[in-house]
Amino acid sequence: MSRLVFSRKPARFAAARLAGSLMPGRGASVGPLSLEPDETLPLPSPEWLRLRPRLAGICGSDLATVDGTASAYFDPLVSYPFTPGHEVVADVAGTDRRVVVVPVLSCITRGISPVCHACEHGHIHLCERVAFGHLEPGLQTGFCESTGGGWSHEMLAHPSQLVDVPADLSDEAAVMVEPMACAVHAAQRYTGKETVIIGAGTLGLLTLAAITATRDRERTGPIVVTARYPDQKRLAKEFGADVVCSSDELPRWVRSATGSLVFGDQLTCGAHHVIDCVGSTESLQQSLQVVAPGGEVQVVGMPGNVHLELTSLWHRETAIRGCYAYRRPDFDTAMELVRRFDLGRLVSATYSLKDYTDAIGHAAQAGRRGAVKIAFDMRSN
Amino acid sequence: MPRPGFVHEVDRSTPPVLFWRGENFSLEKLPTGRSRVIYPPEPLPAIKDIDGAIRHALLNPHDQDPLPALLFPGMKLTIAFDDVSLPLPKMRRPDIRQRVIEAVLDLVAAAGVDDVHIIAALGLHRRMHEYELRHALGDRIYDAFHPRGMLYQHDAEDHDNLSVIGTTDHGEVLEINKRAADSDLVIYVNINSVSMDGGWKSITTGLASYRCLSHHHTGETLQNTKSLMGHREHSALHKSIWRLGKVLRDHGPKLFQIESTLNTDMFPDQFAFINKREWEWTAKDRATYLGVTKGLNLLPVKARRKMFHDIQSPHQMTSVQAGETSAVHEITLAKVYEQQLVPVEGQTDILTLGIPFVCPYNPDSVMNPILVMCMGLGYLFNMYRNKPLVREGGVIIMTHPTYRDFNPVHHPSYIDFFEQVLPDTTDPVVMGQKWEKQYAEDEWYRHLYRTGNAYHGVHPFYAWYWGAHGQQHAGKVIIVGGDAPTVRRLGFTPASTLDDAFEIASDVVGRTPTISHLHVPSLLVADVQ
Repeated sequence: MSRLVFSRKPARFAAARLAGSLMPGRGASVGPLSLEPDETLPLPSPEWLRLRPRLAGICGSDLATVDGTASAYFDPLVSYPFTPGHEVVADVAGTDRRVVVVPVLSCITRGISPVCHACEHGHIHLCERVAFGHLEPGLQTGFCESTGGGWSHEMLAHPSQLVDVPADLSDEAAVMVEPMACAVHAAQRYTGKETVIIGAGTLGLLTLAAITATRDRERTGPIVVTARYPDQKRLAKEFGADVVCSSDELPRWVRSATGSLVFGDQLTCGAHHVIDCVGSTESLQQSLQVVAPGGEVQVVGMPGNVHLELTSLWHRETAIRGCYAYRRPDFDTAMELVRRFDLGRLVSATYSLKDYTDAIGHAAQAGRRGAVKIAFDMRSN
Repeated sequence: MPRPGFVHEVDRSTPPVLFWRGENFSLEKLPTGRSRVIYPPEPLPAIKDIDGAIRHALLNPHDQDPLPALLFPGMKLTIAFDDVSLPLPKMRRPDIRQRVIEAVLDLVAAAGVDDVHIIAALGLHRRMHEYELRHALGDRIYDAFHPRGMLYQHDAEDHDNLSVIGTTDHGEVLEINKRAADSDLVIYVNINSVSMDGGWKSITTGLASYRCLSHHHTGETLQNTKSLMGHREHSALHKSIWRLGKVLRDHGPKLFQIESTLNTDMFPDQFAFINKREWEWTAKDRATYLGVTKGLNLLPVKARRKMFHDIQSPHQMTSVQAGETSAVHEITLAKVYEQQLVPVEGQTDILTLGIPFVCPYNPDSVMNPILVMCMGLGYLFNMYRNKPLVREGGVIIMTHPTYRDFNPVHHPSYIDFFEQVLPDTTDPVVMGQKWEKQYAEDEWYRHLYRTGNAYHGVHPFYAWYWGAHGQQHAGKVIIVGGDAPTVRRLGFTPASTLDDAFEIASDVVGRTPTISHLHVPSLLVADVQ
């Protein structure tokens, strides 16, 4: 029995950052992530439960952590050493329950009473007491020393974090529920007007699917999706995109779809809603290039440190709005959508924990290698 | 005495044949015993006294009063002229248009006519740059007319300055430039490079609106234009244009058509090998060929492009005639055919075409992939009379690098067409129904056409429609040496070498197909019996 542990080791962190900049995912082999024997964690309070992870996905924020490119903003929000993994389907130890974990650590999980204003209203992702309470600091399960994470054979969870998985849903489908919940949350700002989704990785595709689930195609504006690789393009079409193009084609598509004129590189009109599922300087700058005056750029992909020319934001009164995580009910919707779109098929490959460098390397190059979601599989031992 | 064109049957003594490959060439060995090369006639002798011939044409028109008799003080006169799309390559100065218009202006001045406007008959082509106007018309005309707003370019989207002349019995609306429509006399100055041009097409396309052109510039019409360069009765396009011409003649302004023809002396001495038959190449020609092709390979494509577009052709006028449009045009056509017609016996399984660096829609610009299709299937395939050189269901093989490269100033809507329309469909009829309106009415394209140097938003559709008959006629189209993804986007098959192309073609035409190679340059029309 083992677990992957991310420790605070500055020299290795620097090495990971260097290796990750040379080739995404290479931080796993030189950085502070290591395979260690499983250790029984103390329960933070009696109601907490022990989980036996079955599958745990590798997401973009995990890759940023492993490659040392995550923002320093998170430093006070994580506690070392921690076991990554927040996209988890697991068995509850000693029971026959199979659950998906809601990894956000809210006031209830932290033993904070009374709960904060946000948690009181169900906005657990906006918890005002994050990093406080009886847990060590941790943005989510998977970044918190107290809870452990899904890249292991044992982790802890508060009962409020558990969503039961129906018997007919496969583990592969269930592991897609957490990222799908993010997408459901993002799709709640969909307006029905012209929409651009930048990036067709897991988040982009799932956000598209979540929008498609409620969209009346005849009565809504076109959805334009940028995708880099052939499989991403195929899936984006399948999930309801009206237009799938490369990022360098995007401004022309948006210009054409919105009847826009052009000054310099800037469209005069544009899409009312741009959902950036990449979060890079380039993608955000392009979002500002194609968003309509008064429109909104929704940042779904974790951005980190970016450098932006914001004059157009000021001049055109556009907004950049973050989009983090979900509320608890989003998991119910996500469960339904995972089934409806048969999203278990997006789990392209699974690895055992001991092959973590290969797994992370695969995840970092998922699009190029025709994959979408890579996960760790702890079912065999 | 120039030698006529002829058909050379390829045998073992035949040297490799010259193929254009965009901004370069290659020599290709064609299979013996079943290949033929159709060589154009040698250039006809130029008129010795060109200015005298022009003046003679103006004073002795066909079925029309002499020009001075049509001019009177106080009249409103419009002179329209063919735009930069021809001749190709551009001719050495002075351009024929300059010589003709200067001669006309001499008579106009003598008649005391002051209200004279000179209009570039662009149709939906891009506006000419100042240097192109100066090249076509000369500095004297440009400096005298342009600063006073009396030399300008037709604007097919300026609805305040368009006028409906009437409607044909097929419901086609003739809408042309209002200044021309309101004139007491319109003089049209044409250069007839190919038999497709001239006649009623000059005004009814060059000075027309999109609404007018959209009647006949369609996928269906071009699919049914079975003889673009030959008999008008087999061309749905020309039949429509001639109907519009009848409306123009009956209800429009008085017209005075001046048409001229050129010989096919297209390239200067440093490219002499291009115009020659390969077995007549001298040691100097062979050395020049080697030097040119190797040198071009070392240059970046932009430098190669510039070098070719800078060429000024020595071709010269072989005839000039003026008067009533139909009467003039019949004489013009006879002269074009005298220069370009080559009798050919029967069709073959394969037609090979070397695609050059330029077509009518990219002077001083990029031969983008859509224009490669247009040049190959729209122009060169259609260089026939009676029936195509390749049998129906046969294979057309073109040689061109077919890079995914566009001039964003001249061809902005072509880029979108390549990225949006072609992935959806390559069927000219389907794209016309599904996509054309959006491009034609796009405000941005309209703005760029009206104020910049962009082809009209709908123009890539027209370029594509131009190849509609060839596309429908051919069983397969192969591009040798092209960028493979780009070639596939066009709906064609990429091949690395001509031999590979013949191998690929064998699926359609078997292993011992007959082959015709259209030797361009220069221009020729195969009269296929």
